[in-house]
Amino acid sequence: MTSSPAPIPGLTARDYKSEVKPVWCPGCGDFSVLSAITKALAELKLPPEKVSVISGIGCSSRMPAYLNSYGFHGVHGRAVALATGLKLSRPDLTVLVTGGDGDGFSIGGNHFLHACRRNVDMTYIVMDNQVYGMTKGQPSPTTAPDWDSALSPGGTGLRPFHPLVIALASGANFIARGFSGDPNGTARLIVDAIRTPGFSFVEVLSPCVTFREDQRGWKKIVRPAPVDPTEDIGRAARRLMTDDGFNLGILYTGKRKPYQLRLDAVEEEPAALETQFVV
Amino acid sequence: MSNPIAIGSVAELLAHAKAMESEALERYLDLAEQMEVHHNPEVAELFRKMARVERKHVEKILERVGDKDLPHIPPWEYQWLGEEAAEAIASEDVHYLMTPHHALTLALGAERRAFGFYARVVETVEPGELLELARELMEEEREHVALIEAWLAKVPEPADDWAEDPDPPLLQE
Repeated sequence: MTSSPAPIPGLTARDYKSEVKPVWCPGCGDFSVLSAITKALAELKLPPEKVSVISGIGCSSRMPAYLNSYGFHGVHGRAVALATGLKLSRPDLTVLVTGGDGDGFSIGGNHFLHACRRNVDMTYIVMDNQVYGMTKGQPSPTTAPDWDSALSPGGTGLRPFHPLVIALASGANFIARGFSGDPNGTARLIVDAIRTPGFSFVEVLSPCVTFREDQRGWKKIVRPAPVDPTEDIGRAARRLMTDDGFNLGILYTGKRKPYQLRLDAVEEEPAALETQFVV
Repeated sequence: MSNPIAIGSVAELLAHAKAMESEALERYLDLAEQMEVHHNPEVAELFRKMARVERKHVEKILERVGDKDLPHIPPWEYQWLGEEAAEAIASEDVHYLMTPHHALTLALGAERRAFGFYARVVETVEPGELLELARELMEEEREHVALIEAWLAKVPEPADDWAEDPDPPLLQE
């Protein structure tokens, strides 16, 4: 983080939850991600009023409503853009972005690339369930090509988007993968992501039990990555070449300086600029 | 993920006990809310009842803690045998059409995990105050297991078609 608010002692994970009851389907992995986020915030002892959670559209984008912090439930795919503006204008805030694979990698894909490239200090948590759940089960950019459904008979046949590869190639400063079935391990990743300056990307495999019943089996497939995090982009890239999507942990931590607004470069007040325009 | 158990002090064990009961309480409250939202009042009430029981367990642990200082343990450094606090039902194990039998079966599994956790501690610590406390906590969990088993025996098993929803969440057509 570029600045650290004074921690508040004695806050528990419960203190970061709002009174709003989640409407996610029972069994949804997003409940555990909510738990992981609240545990991470409690561990960091961040004052709730110094945290802002920004989202787009989708099941997981409901997250800000369920947290007792500031939040903004924005428009589809634009959460990272909103968060960028917020962080640049309020660098004192801890900014989290939450959303799903459809929101973040399809309509929001271009923002994702450039957020990694800009490296503004924020943490982007994508709950990846490889499906558009809210709109009832369409394939998303991370859906396997052979996933057969009424909407994509025989599968899409399309190569899935690999979020970690894109994040690494585009310049994200922290890249990790968690699993909702391990909320404590995911909380640790989120803590590390928030503590790492710059753009941090955490993909969390979060099963959709309604439209992807098969994902209940993920808990038998995921495993801790067999190697430690690396600061070497080339090594991280080589690891991703053999990644099957179920290795958990931190892949990469970089040392790139976060982008910050150069307020000293702004010579004129916004009001002065108005004279250049006919109103 | 799961770690070998290496608890070295009474305060550390009490910190685990407090976290275990508190997380179980929170989880039961969360699950009760989920069932209310999804129009399953019978199971919601059962989860609320379990939450009331867990609240008593939390109070009992807090009495044991008294004015002792407990160590701060980050969530991922608790030495649970699985991914979460031993007595918390995993969020992903529930279903919106689940029956009281399912709920109690999950609760029984949670109590058995709690028993198993203390049993492992008993196996691994040296004789002394810590071992005595671990034994007491293990015996309490054994009682909880017996209570849930007795309760479960009185509840009818679910029908074969319990998960059939006459108005299911359909794929868009």
